Amino acid sequence: MATKYNLPASISLQRKIVNKLMTVLVIIAVALAIIPLILILGDVFMRGAPALSIGFLARAQNPLHVSSGGIANAIVGTFTMVGIAALISVPIGIGAGIFFSEWSNSKLSTFSGFMNDVLTGFPSIVLGLFVYVIIVLPSKQFSAFAGGIALSFVMLPIIARTTGESLKLVPMTLREASLALGIPRWKTVLRIVISTGKNGLLTGILLAVARATGETAPILLTASTSIYFAKSIFQPTASMTVLIYNYATSPYPSQQTQAWGAALVLILIMLALNLLVKLTVGRKIKGARMYA
Amino acid sequence: MRFRLLRGDVILKILLAAAALFVIGTVVGLAVELFLGSAPSLFKFGPSFLVGSKWQPSNNVFGAWPFIYGTLVTSAIAIVIGFPVSLGIAIFISEKLKSHQTFGYMLGTIVDLLAAVPSVIYGLWGVFVLIPLLKDYVEKPLNKSLGFISLFSGHPFGYDFFTAGIILAIMIIPTMSAVTRDVLSVVPNSQREAMYSLGATDWEVTQKSVLPYARSGIFGGFILGLGRAFGETMAVTMVIGNIPSVSSSLFSPGATLSSIIANQFGESTGVFQGALIELGLILFFVAVLINGLARILLWRMTRGKEIKA
Repeated sequence: MATKYNLPASISLQRKIVNKLMTVLVIIAVALAIIPLILILGDVFMRGAPALSIGFLARAQNPLHVSSGGIANAIVGTFTMVGIAALISVPIGIGAGIFFSEWSNSKLSTFSGFMNDVLTGFPSIVLGLFVYVIIVLPSKQFSAFAGGIALSFVMLPIIARTTGESLKLVPMTLREASLALGIPRWKTVLRIVISTGKNGLLTGILLAVARATGETAPILLTASTSIYFAKSIFQPTASMTVLIYNYATSPYPSQQTQAWGAALVLILIMLALNLLVKLTVGRKIKGARMYA
Repeated sequence: MRFRLLRGDVILKILLAAAALFVIGTVVGLAVELFLGSAPSLFKFGPSFLVGSKWQPSNNVFGAWPFIYGTLVTSAIAIVIGFPVSLGIAIFISEKLKSHQTFGYMLGTIVDLLAAVPSVIYGLWGVFVLIPLLKDYVEKPLNKSLGFISLFSGHPFGYDFFTAGIILAIMIIPTMSAVTRDVLSVVPNSQREAMYSLGATDWEVTQKSVLPYARSGIFGGFILGLGRAFGETMAVTMVIGNIPSVSSSLFSPGATLSSIIANQFGESTGVFQGALIELGLILFFVAVLINGLARILLWRMTRGKEIKA
């Protein structure tokens, strides 16, 4: 494939035409994917920019006088829930990931890895229903706590898989060298393997945080929403995504403008997290993707 | 000393195994809790829930068929448009740009960015940008010229199966194209060289040698994309109209399993809520089936070559 060569002159015209036609078609396919991306990003920037101001980022929502309202309570709510989710999913996800990589021959590891992949593919609304049944129903209370738990199930499989895949890239010779020096296995894993693969762990966490920040459905069912700053994590809490959902379906133009403003803030956060991953370490790790 | 060394190993292994067990426990717990949560509806309607076409919360009559139908129709539109496009992107990046890897990587990254856009922003864009566009420039002309076909009949107003399918197509492209790209990249070069040496054109090499070799992996990517289309919630909720209907027209409002949960869960109680959770239970089983199948196909294709998409 490396060298370019010329087709023999005797090749039939039909085959040449088909060949050219298919080249054109695959280029059209690429354009069909990139055009919507440009349109979406362009629209979010054009329509969101007018809503942005310091006040918009610093004030809580004000449904009666939307022009003087902001999205600060929603930003704080989103970060609170993603924070709670990270506290739960980071240790468990990294633990499971290490197990997938360092004990990759065990049956438990294979089966759990398979289940982890299945969990990655679950519709996030199913995770929301799950947390609604186990937490919101018994406590009769929508809360940031429940929202955080729901998001932790979104984050867990992403962290576990990225950790597992990146630790598998650590050369076996490093482990063997360490064990040959008489260092016990647990110390080899914690000190040698993890410190070599720590960029991969960071990638997994960043990807998971990005994914959780953009989630709507699980939060809608567990944290509901609110127009105030939440006083504790055990009461209904606003989030950027649910705010966009509510405002986008509102008949008031001023609320629609704020939906675009919030969308711009959200997409800037998402792009920043994704580019950070891409530019630093994500390239080497095959599992390091938002979805799939 | 020896015992102390061993004890550290055992403790670490137990802790890590517990984390791995937690993952399994989550999936099992999901199944159990969704069963319990849907009990009010599960025992009232039994298997007839799946085929019941009436969804009347005010009369406590519930059937899932309109939503299963809506999910199938929107996913079918998404696949019909999204799959060829994804395959095209993967062929372009891994075959045409084989000698320009940096450019291929950049292009792949740009397509991947489509996956970074949150679902709710697709919905927002769908409501304010895509719906007016599709309604005036696609749906109305199609309706006027081909309205005699039931697929394009009715009175298009934008909130319908068609719009939802188009949005889903855009959303599943990054998933399917990324997996297909990975799969094509593990096709050995000897496959291509053999065809070239027989005098084949670029396309003939791709069509007769690369794609057949990669077909099980490509099918895996196809299934994963289908899985995303089945479960996608917010964007669909915002553009589909959320009316439980079984209409043969693509320009009719409808609802999917996930969209109706997001749309109606807030105001539901009792049997109504049980029925919505049961829709979630259906989604759960579909997701297990689809993802399990896709992983097995991809695993067979790459056979331990560390390509897990």
